[in-house]
Amino acid sequence: MLRLRWWQKGMVGVSLGVLAFLYLPIVILVMFSFNDSKVTSFPLAGFTLHWYEAFLANGQMLRALGNSLWVALFATTLAVLIGVTAALALDRYEFPGKRLFQNVILLPLSLPGIVTGIAMLNFYKQIGIPQSLTAVVIGHATALLGVVVSQVMARLSKVNRRQFEASADLGATPFETFRRVTLPAIRSSIVGSALLCFTLSFDEIPVTYFLTGREVTLPIYIYSTLRRGITPEINAIGTVIVAVSFVLIVLSVTLLRDRHQS
Amino acid sequence: MTLTRRTFPGFAALFSAPLAWVLLLMVVPYAIMVSVGFWTRQFPLFHPDFQFGNYAQIFADPQYTTVILRTLKIAALVTVCALLLGYPLAYFLVFTVRSPRLRNLLYMSVIVPLWVSYLLRAYTWKIILGTDGALNSLLVSTGIVSAPLDVFLYNQTAMVVTLVYIFVPFMVMPLFTVLDNIPRRLVEASEDLGVGPFMTFWKVIFPLSLGGVVAGATMTFCLSFGDFVAPVLVGGPDGIMVANLLQTQFGAALNWPLGSALATLVLALVLILLQLSSRLDRAGRVDLS
Repeated sequence: MLRLRWWQKGMVGVSLGVLAFLYLPIVILVMFSFNDSKVTSFPLAGFTLHWYEAFLANGQMLRALGNSLWVALFATTLAVLIGVTAALALDRYEFPGKRLFQNVILLPLSLPGIVTGIAMLNFYKQIGIPQSLTAVVIGHATALLGVVVSQVMARLSKVNRRQFEASADLGATPFETFRRVTLPAIRSSIVGSALLCFTLSFDEIPVTYFLTGREVTLPIYIYSTLRRGITPEINAIGTVIVAVSFVLIVLSVTLLRDRHQS
Repeated sequence: MTLTRRTFPGFAALFSAPLAWVLLLMVVPYAIMVSVGFWTRQFPLFHPDFQFGNYAQIFADPQYTTVILRTLKIAALVTVCALLLGYPLAYFLVFTVRSPRLRNLLYMSVIVPLWVSYLLRAYTWKIILGTDGALNSLLVSTGIVSAPLDVFLYNQTAMVVTLVYIFVPFMVMPLFTVLDNIPRRLVEASEDLGVGPFMTFWKVIFPLSLGGVVAGATMTFCLSFGDFVAPVLVGGPDGIMVANLLQTQFGAALNWPLGSALATLVLALVLILLQLSSRLDRAGRVDLS
């Protein structure tokens, strides 16, 4: 059994505290979504499914939910198609401006979304495209490209390059090599980053805020409701969102992890 | 592969769509935003121009400079707190947890919340810290305070707590990676030479983990600098941040040129920090192979 010094015990304490800090708010959200009271205060008033019934009867909220699902689906498809081709090109070829291109495509990962939103809003205004869900889809796909590119490139860098050469030497066309060698090697990273993109797009606020028109997505609907005040209905839809995102993200993280570690 | 006449067609087939997308939907929009920052406003229209009036206004008007300085302060506080909480956690995961399965499980439980609805995670702090919220009612019902306190919500502390909560996993991720890559032989060698665990940490582990500290701090600082949800939900009247100013310029104030100039400043700050961070990382990198 290992003996811990006082400062190491301190570190363990802080770590357990941080883990609690990460999960306590989520537990509170879930708890109050079932609480039979209009205010979110202790002691709990009793169990109810009323808030879930309320959001299932809320036409506006359901419409926003539908919009969010469509936006996430299209944005993810675009981000994966463009992102995977970009990752393949970056992995395979040396060309002038490669570093610059890579930095630009990865920039939205560390740039606050609001800047991307404003840049795209200015762009749409100049070329005369109105704010709409289509505008949101393109904005999300652009902001999420970096997620796909970074994850797929990380996986490609671990693939043994000789497989590709062997496949070509055996007479496979580049497309056959892609379908039968490259794709199986990177499939889990593609699926993993697609799940991540879907969740991120579904929850996205800053880019959407500037690009959406009359039709809104669920996070924008919730955001504007929150500015007027809290309703326990939000706790209920929030619990559903958190639960579904949780499952998708756990799947995604599992798929994206390096195989040699597991 | 380098580009030759033979490899070029394959390269062009793969690369043309991503290149077109990045040029048309990233480079052009950012360029338009930067140039609109030099335009003039004659209410309610904007005119193409090249003048530095918007920048002059941002730096001369205390209304803007106060908010910029406050945002820098909050982002710095969030970064420091996230580091103080994230470092022990990453250290604990790598060096104290012995079972690889448990370590993977714990690591996953730290990074999963990062991707789970950012809006809802900010919102939970509103229901926790509010006057009739979870924390107050708990304190009242246990008799610690006699009446609900309104000191928890709508101030800068609430914003820092919320933002730290949101961004702590961003700090843990790179720290975990660098700590996990430190060869155990180095730690053992240091201990074999009679160096105590604390000095081993201070002289061996910590210097080797600086790359992760820089990477995590850069991410946390940049992203919390541009946040606008936390100020709206839990910040008070003195909690306006740069991103809220941006919202106003493109909303009620209807001053896109000024807003674009401000957004350009945020973009420039992020680019400078990313550049600095990659320089620092390269200068501090030690070859461990």
